[in-house]
Amino acid sequence: MPKIKLPTKSPHIDMTPMVDLFSVVLTFLMLTTTMRQPEPATVDTPFSISEKPTPDFNTMTLLLSKDDKVFINFDNGPDTLLKYRPKILTEMGKRYNIEFTEAELREFEKMPSSIGVPITKMKDFLDAKDNKVKTALQVGVPIDSTDNQLAMWVLFARQVNPNLQACIKGDSKTAFPIVQKVLDIMQDKNVNKFNLITSLEAAKINLDEIQK
Amino acid sequence: MAEIIQEEKGKGKHKGKKHPPHIDMTPMVDLMCLLITFFMLTTAFSKSKVMEINLPERITKDKPVDPPRIQKSRTLNIILGPNDKIYWYPGGVSPEDYNNLPPVTEVDYSPKGIRQLLLERNKTLAKRIADFKQQVLEGKIKIPQDSVLKAIAQLKKVDDTGPIVLIKAYKKANYGNFVDILDEMNICGIARCPFVPIAWYEEKMVETAAGIAPSAAPAKN
Repeated sequence: MPKIKLPTKSPHIDMTPMVDLFSVVLTFLMLTTTMRQPEPATVDTPFSISEKPTPDFNTMTLLLSKDDKVFINFDNGPDTLLKYRPKILTEMGKRYNIEFTEAELREFEKMPSSIGVPITKMKDFLDAKDNKVKTALQVGVPIDSTDNQLAMWVLFARQVNPNLQACIKGDSKTAFPIVQKVLDIMQDKNVNKFNLITSLEAAKINLDEIQK
Repeated sequence: MAEIIQEEKGKGKHKGKKHPPHIDMTPMVDLMCLLITFFMLTTAFSKSKVMEINLPERITKDKPVDPPRIQKSRTLNIILGPNDKIYWYPGGVSPEDYNNLPPVTEVDYSPKGIRQLLLERNKTLAKRIADFKQQVLEGKIKIPQDSVLKAIAQLKKVDDTGPIVLIKAYKKANYGNFVDILDEMNICGIARCPFVPIAWYEEKMVETAAGIAPSAAPAKN
């Protein structure tokens, strides 16, 4: 029998289908991606069995960090078409006699993360070009009863957008008194419904065990 | 330059037929892999969930409302204590008992702890909800998916056997505890679980049970 001659050259793999697939995946990821917003404070949300997704708009998120700071955010990141953010800031400015320039309002509108800057420092914060300076100014919204700026933010935000839902994003280690205080402030402003932001966790109950 | 062109001309004669140029795609694939990895890592795939909570409306001086009366026998007081512990006692404390406060029992947040306690008390309703869910799964009850939750809410609303759980938080508790307990209420299908401010005598009860020195003299009632 004659020997079967095997081809000796290295096999050349056609990569076109692979490239095709990769392009599809890449396009999909690029289109669906919502970049993780860098938050001024890292927060580990607690777990719950709730399956309701976080609303995308008409929200006002209060970020409660581990070190008892409060940050506020509207519509989870950059503003939507309705431009609530500059309106809210203008109202805040009127209340505290601070005039914000057009550029500052735009800067506030574009702000991707939560904001925890006292209103007196807000101008410096918005004018600052350096990120380090900005981070240093994020000391939390004052919530003392003498200088309750959080209450004002909530008030004006709800005046500008009456459909606003309150979301609370807290770290599991946040001490309760600060949570209580924030809830009290919100209830003073007639907000009684809250969305607590949690991560999903499955839980199963065994009723048979109980019957015993 | 001229030499090269000449050479090509020579080659072309040999081949005769034109080959489509073969592009080496490996660098492109490399780059794409890199981009895909980057996007996968930065994408927030699992959107965070929310748990709804409705707090009772404030009773202000402008519109005085009588607080709702509830049966003592159905009441269960749960106090979120320090160090991830829960203290609970049944019933209520009347002013005569201030010097002789009822003891509190300590449990934890594990399924064997608070969940056991709540399910035992909420047996009937929890069973009814579980049965209902089972029947929906098996297709015995035909109901659109989006009204399942509504139906369960209705079951909870008409129920009059389950406990009324009053959730209170001691000041050393943390936010995780608060979410955990509300979640536990959802898991056990507790129908009525208002979150109420803690009373001074309850703070005292927790402090005695947990062995903490009393923080301050109780304010005058």
